Amino acid sequence: MTAPTTTSGGAAPTDGIDLSVDLGGNDGALVLPNPIVTASGCFASGREIDALWDVAELGAVVAKSVTREPRQGLPTPRMTETPSGMLNAIGLQNPGVDTWVDRDVPWLAARGARVIASIAGNTVEDFREVAKRVGTSREVVAVEVNLSCPNVSHRGLVFATQASTAAEVVRAVRAALPTMPLFAKLTPDVTEIAPVGRAVVEAGATGVSAINTTLGMAIDAETGRVKVANGYAGLSGPAIRPMAVRAIHQLHAELGPDVPIIGMGGVRSVEDVVELVRAGASAVAVGTATFADPFTARTLVRSLGSWLEQRGFTSLSELRGSVHRWPHNP
Amino acid sequence: MSVQGRDVGPVAMTCEVVDRRRYGRYWGLTLSAPDIARRAAPGQFVNVAVEAPGTLLRRPFSIAGVSLGGQVAGTIDIVLDAHGPGTDALATIAPGASLDVLGPLGKPFPMPQRRVATLLVGGGYGAAPMYYLGERLRAGGHRVNFLIGAADTQRIIDPITPKRMANQASFTTEDGSMGHRGRVTDLLADDLASTGAKVVYACGPNAMLAAVGAICEDLGVPCQVSVEEHMACGVGVCMTCVLPLRGRGGTIANRRVCIDGPVFTSTRIAWDQSRYADPAPTTVDAGTIGDRDTIEVEAEGDGSFKAGVRTVRPQDTR
Repeated sequence: MTAPTTTSGGAAPTDGIDLSVDLGGNDGALVLPNPIVTASGCFASGREIDALWDVAELGAVVAKSVTREPRQGLPTPRMTETPSGMLNAIGLQNPGVDTWVDRDVPWLAARGARVIASIAGNTVEDFREVAKRVGTSREVVAVEVNLSCPNVSHRGLVFATQASTAAEVVRAVRAALPTMPLFAKLTPDVTEIAPVGRAVVEAGATGVSAINTTLGMAIDAETGRVKVANGYAGLSGPAIRPMAVRAIHQLHAELGPDVPIIGMGGVRSVEDVVELVRAGASAVAVGTATFADPFTARTLVRSLGSWLEQRGFTSLSELRGSVHRWPHNP
Repeated sequence: MSVQGRDVGPVAMTCEVVDRRRYGRYWGLTLSAPDIARRAAPGQFVNVAVEAPGTLLRRPFSIAGVSLGGQVAGTIDIVLDAHGPGTDALATIAPGASLDVLGPLGKPFPMPQRRVATLLVGGGYGAAPMYYLGERLRAGGHRVNFLIGAADTQRIIDPITPKRMANQASFTTEDGSMGHRGRVTDLLADDLASTGAKVVYACGPNAMLAAVGAICEDLGVPCQVSVEEHMACGVGVCMTCVLPLRGRGGTIANRRVCIDGPVFTSTRIAWDQSRYADPAPTTVDAGTIGDRDTIEVEAEGDGSFKAGVRTVRPQDTR
């Protein structure tokens, strides 16, 4: 194992500021020491980033989505940069739930990281089976149900585009994992996201994660060729942060303060974290920013406390949902 | 100077641009980066943050040289082609300015176990890491020979360096403006015979690497190649830069170029399963190519993908 960090980077954690968050909702306590987590699919196994810094500093590691069988994913190119963002179509490349539970979860737990699984599948039955397998691990503290991977063979597989199918998957996972905190990961590619959030919570989700990437496309003007092999691809990065803020605000307004929300979408700075928390996020995930700077999440963990302290706040949770009403607030 | 990272492996650090110079149509930058210079080996790369409107991701560059002495405690060299907003910004950066650099990343070239003659094949600015490798091989007592090819003279990086370092240095250009008119693959078998090289190292466009690897396999000469693929993170987490690699038992799996590579034994790469499988390379005018959005993919009915490949593939990834 590599030696502890000896060099500088970020501010020291601040005493006296309560950064802890409880994601347990009505299902009992699930307290994280800080609100910064990884966005699924942006952290691989954890070992890669742990080669740079101690992943136990995170509030939790949300792992890359796992499926029943290993998947090789989509052809390359899988990525292209877009204005203040990027498109990706990976196709859920993953080692399969068995390998992940046997190999990666124990390693993360031994490093002191809190592990949140992310599960995906093509059918309700897939989700049920993966959930059961994840449930055999005593080290997984919560499960994110990926209802919204955009890079699948047809839109019908994006379960979160419809409240009814999203709820059906969540019911199946809840039946397989009766006591596990469950987060349904939602897509912004819907006309109204709040009813989908309502449906998954009524189906047994502890909370929601929002937002997944939004479906995009890029075409080379000269050649007429698509820039990502899959054609359509998920847009992420600062370009989508306003969509995330809006979606989280709508979900928080619909679901109320007792339903935890893991917010994500284009977060790079402490101000971005606070913006999502003010919109209604309980915890905040860092995704694409890690690709640009693999130290981003640690920097946020280390600098959030001093940001709050300088402004006279004693905890992050007091800012949750704190937005001044505006004249035409619906 | 801010340095983040552990005692081994890559670090992120703020680097001063010590020097900037032209190599034909390419630019060479020397960066003050003591921690990276001390940890680097040939074949590894750095990921450089760029400040250009709307850009988000770093740009990867092979390490083209390392100096541990001199006025600053350690420097690294990179070579770039300005062909998009990110590399345009880097090509115009003034000495004295600062860059945020992450590295060294990836697996280096393995060094020969005993003293042998080596042949280093570079295509376009893929030659850059071969000069660094050549220095290290020579320091290790190995015989170094170069075979450098490009579309034209403007894309041959600093030809004096390989001539000075090598026992034998050959050049090819497609327009005949320097050396043999044609490609490195035209001369590879002859150069292997004349130099007695027992191992080949290559870096350049993937189509060139596939062709070089095939010739070496036919002749029974081991070949290590440093490949290129679009990448977002460079540290193994984004899963975008995969290439199909053969494992034990004939299995083929997507492996990450950034962390499992970029150096691979050429026979392990399943080029026929990749988008670089087109047997008829075509040349593309580099002037029309952006630095992060260059691909040529044609979807086929069965869902597989092929790419038109170019003989010199100027992009940020090596």
